[in-house]
Parts: sequence; C-alpha cells; structure tokens
Amino acid sequence: MKKALKISLPLLAVFLLAAPFVLQARYAQHVLILILLYVALGSAWNILGGFAGQLSLGHAAFFGVGAYSSAIIASKSTLSPWLGLVVGPVVVLPVALVVGWACFRLRGPYFTLATIAIGEMARLVALNWRDVTGGAVGIVIRPSVFSGTDKVPYYYIILAIAAVTVTLCYRISRGKLGYFLMAVREDEATAESIGIDTSGYKLRALAISAGITALAGAFYANYFLFVDPAIVLPLALSVEIVLMSIIGGLGTVSGPVLGAVLLKLSSEIFRNYFKDASLLIYGTLLIIVIIFIPGGLTGGLKKLPGLRPVRRLRAALARR
Amino acid sequence: MALLQVKGLTKKFGGLTAVDSLSFEAREGETLCIIGPNGAGKTTVFNLITGFDRPTRGEIDFEGRSLVGRKPHEIALAGIGRTFQIVRPLRGLTVFENILVGAFARTDDRGEAGRVAESTLAFTGLAHLRDARAVSLPIAMRKRLELARSLATRPKLVLLDEVMAGLNPTEGKEAIDLIKKLGSERGVTAVAGVEHVMHVVMSVSDRVIVLNHGRKIAEGKPGEVASDRDVITAYLGE
Repeated sequence: MKKALKISLPLLAVFLLAAPFVLQARYAQHVLILILLYVALGSAWNILGGFAGQLSLGHAAFFGVGAYSSAIIASKSTLSPWLGLVVGPVVVLPVALVVGWACFRLRGPYFTLATIAIGEMARLVALNWRDVTGGAVGIVIRPSVFSGTDKVPYYYIILAIAAVTVTLCYRISRGKLGYFLMAVREDEATAESIGIDTSGYKLRALAISAGITALAGAFYANYFLFVDPAIVLPLALSVEIVLMSIIGGLGTVSGPVLGAVLLKLSSEIFRNYFKDASLLIYGTLLIIVIIFIPGGLTGGLKKLPGLRPVRRLRAALARR
Repeated sequence: MALLQVKGLTKKFGGLTAVDSLSFEAREGETLCIIGPNGAGKTTVFNLITGFDRPTRGEIDFEGRSLVGRKPHEIALAGIGRTFQIVRPLRGLTVFENILVGAFARTDDRGEAGRVAESTLAFTGLAHLRDARAVSLPIAMRKRLELARSLATRPKLVLLDEVMAGLNPTEGKEAIDLIKKLGSERGVTAVAGVEHVMHVVMSVSDRVIVLNHGRKIAEGKPGEVASDRDVITAYLGE
C-alpha cells in the first residue's frame, strides 16, 4: 500500500502539473478547476465534520464571507480582489468563533440545525445589506492580475490551494490534533476524561475548516468575477460540500478528494448528455452509493463489500 | 501524605442527597476501595472528583490544590485518571488508537505517544488485541481498555468505577492482578469502587471505605470493616 503510494503520488503530481497543457480545451480546464475547488472545500469541511464529527450544514456562510471579501474589495476600493485570499480567512475567524460559541453547546442533529440557521442568516444579511453587498443584484468584479479569459493561471492557484489543504488534512490525521478530534467525535465524556479540552479542540477544527473554506470562496470570486447571495450562499452549496465527504468517506484524507472528483465529473457529464434529466440521475446515483457503500468509497474500496450490501438491503426490507 | 483529600463532600439531586458530608483521603501509593450497595453514591463521588458533576458543598483537594469548579480535562491533566462504570470506548478507533489518544495528553510527539501506548498495551495485557476495533471487544477487555487509556495519560491517581461488575470469576481475578500491579509496578494510587464482591476487596485494598445512602458508615483495614456491624446491616438488612 505504502509502496503503491510512493509510486502513484509523483505520477499524480506530474499529471496535475501537466494537465492544462494536455487538456487545452477551456471547458476541460474549467471542469478541472471546479474539481480542485471542491477538493479543497470537501477536505476543509471534513476536518470539522469528518474528524471532529460536527456535521455542519452552514459552510456556505464561510464560503460567502470569502467570496464577498474579494468582491467588496473590488467594488469599494482600487485594490486587487486577490487580496480577498488573505482578508477572507482573517474576517471569517471571528465569524467562526461566534458560530462555535453559539452552536457547539448543541449536540448532534441540534448542532446541524443551528448551522443551517447560520448559513441562512449569512444569506439574508448579504441579500439585505445592499450598500455593501449589492443585495440580490450582486457584485461584478473586474479581473485583476490575470485576464479572466485564460484559465491556466487560475488552475495553478486552485491546484496549490487544494494541494496545501489535502496535505494539511494528512498531517492532521497523523498527529495529535487528528486523534484528539476523533476522540471528540467518538465520545466527548471519554475525551474530557483523558485531558482533552473538547470545546477548545472543536473550535480549532472549526477555525481551520472555516479559514480554508473562506480562502476557496475568495478564489471563487476572482475566478467567476461575479457574486450574489444565490450563487455563493445557498443551502445547496453547504449540502454539496458535505456530500463530497459522505460519498468519498467521512473522516478520511482521500475521501473528500475521491468524492469531489466523482461528484463534479458525473454532474458535468450528466448535464451534458442528459440535460434536464441530469439531476434525477445524479440524485439516484447518490442514493445508491449511500445505501450500498455506507462507509463511503474509501471504506468500500478497502474491504470490497461483496455480499454485505445485499444483506443490508435484505435486512432493511425485512424490517419493513 | 494524602494525595487526595475530600472534606464534607455533599451532592444533592433535587430532594435526593446522593452524597452526604463525605470526608476521606487517598494516600500516595495505596489502593483504596470504596464499597457500597447499588445506589450508595460511589459513581457520584467519582463524578464529583473528576469534575463531571459539581458538588453542592464540600472540598476536594488534590496535591493540596482545590479541584472544585475545574473542568474534567483540567482535572485529568492535573493527574487524575478515571474509568467509567458503563464503559465508554472510542468505538470507531482500534485498541491501540484508544490508548494512543490517552498518551497524547502528555506529549505532542507522535513517536513518544506511540512508545507510551505500546508499553501501556503490554502492561495491561492487551497487546494481542492491538488492532481490533474497540467496539468489537467483549466486556472484560473493554474494561481493561478503559484502564489502559487512562493509564496512558500517566496519572498519579486513578479512579476505577465498578471494576468487577459484569466480570466472571476468572476475569475478576485478572482484573485484581492488574490493579495490584498498578501500585507495585507503576506507583499509581488507585481508588476503586466495588459493589459487593468481598474477597476482592480483601485481596486488593490497603484500606476500605463503606458507603450507604451517600454516607460513610465504616472505614479501616479490610478485616476490620468486614466484621463491622453497620456494614453487615447495610448489606444484609436488620
């Protein structure tokens, strides 16, 4: 396994670095950029949702803070919207602290419900604070540094963000922080009993997760050159981020990566070939994966499911 | 010298007084048994000491410093480990990882935490189950894992809640041997809560405290306590 990784990782790196020259079609480059964006988003969410077990459905709020940081810099000043890559994560930290303070006193489904409320609040603020956010009209951003038509520079920027995020996740999963977050996920009382400051570690996970999500949001604004509440702050975005991890494998490093590649690729393919029926097929596929590979793709690939799904289905039917 | 000093400890849950003006001490290196029938207040005492519950009144001093009002993780880092009566393994993690998490309490270094976890694994006789998922263990092994995880944090004092419950005689014997080793090989002070198994109390403890309805009704050497009239009454009735 380790040997396989040692050979395949450099190959993957070469492939990713060479990709924009091999795939010169702008649409293909666009899909790659989308995939990498979601690799970063899924991996960032997974730190809080997968490792620490705090299932947030409000990550669009952090994404929106990052996207609007870039957009507002562009509309209210002469500075480059790329500054949002720094400002977004900085601004999102106090937001994350307030979210943590408000939501971490709740457990399980109640925590998740509270994060949905946070996401909706962020969307309503963006919708109504017209002087700053432009309300429902949104903000158009003039491209800065890069022309906005050549996709290659954007590809390398998001590749760097995604690579750093995945590396960070790997480091976390191997060290003290990762084990402490998993302990919090498995049993908070046990975690406290062995000296883990559960509230403190949950906040840390949230801060890291929100920071990267805001960074990705700032990139998004610079790439698409337009933000409005319906695009960067919908509940659907929060759900999509979560699905990456669930499909790929919660609490694993490779899970969100696999999930992002599969979901983004399949949604693009379905959209091209099946037009309006694509969402139906996409949804059906999701249901099938969740029923038959409940541990996610990484869990399923580790121990090939064999007869287990059949048994599960039979058991599920028998319970009826 | 008293490592742990409890004075006038009282806990009321509404109208019920679960622990009533309890005073006792645990001395360095000894094994102290707190015995008492079901509902006597043993678990509440452990929860009060480890910060999972707040006392209504009373003082708890560990190495001369008060523990009252401190959070459970602070108390754990101060050097008090505990096990839970209803075992709480980190279910999705392996036996080794459960212990490793405990070891990380004292170090940021993965290598050192790994070494502490390996030695704790060997000390508690769980080495053969190293890579098993905690959720797959039978009850006796889960209890042992509770102790191992706690020991990995390198505590000075461990509170063992219901060490014998649910164990068959062979497993019970093994549990006793392990508790004896705590003091003799690791110098860890142990306070063990036991419901009734008297021969266990005899063989393992230096001193015994008997609780009934939250009150201390007897204290002393195992032999003295076993023949105490109040103790016999508490267990067998008038």
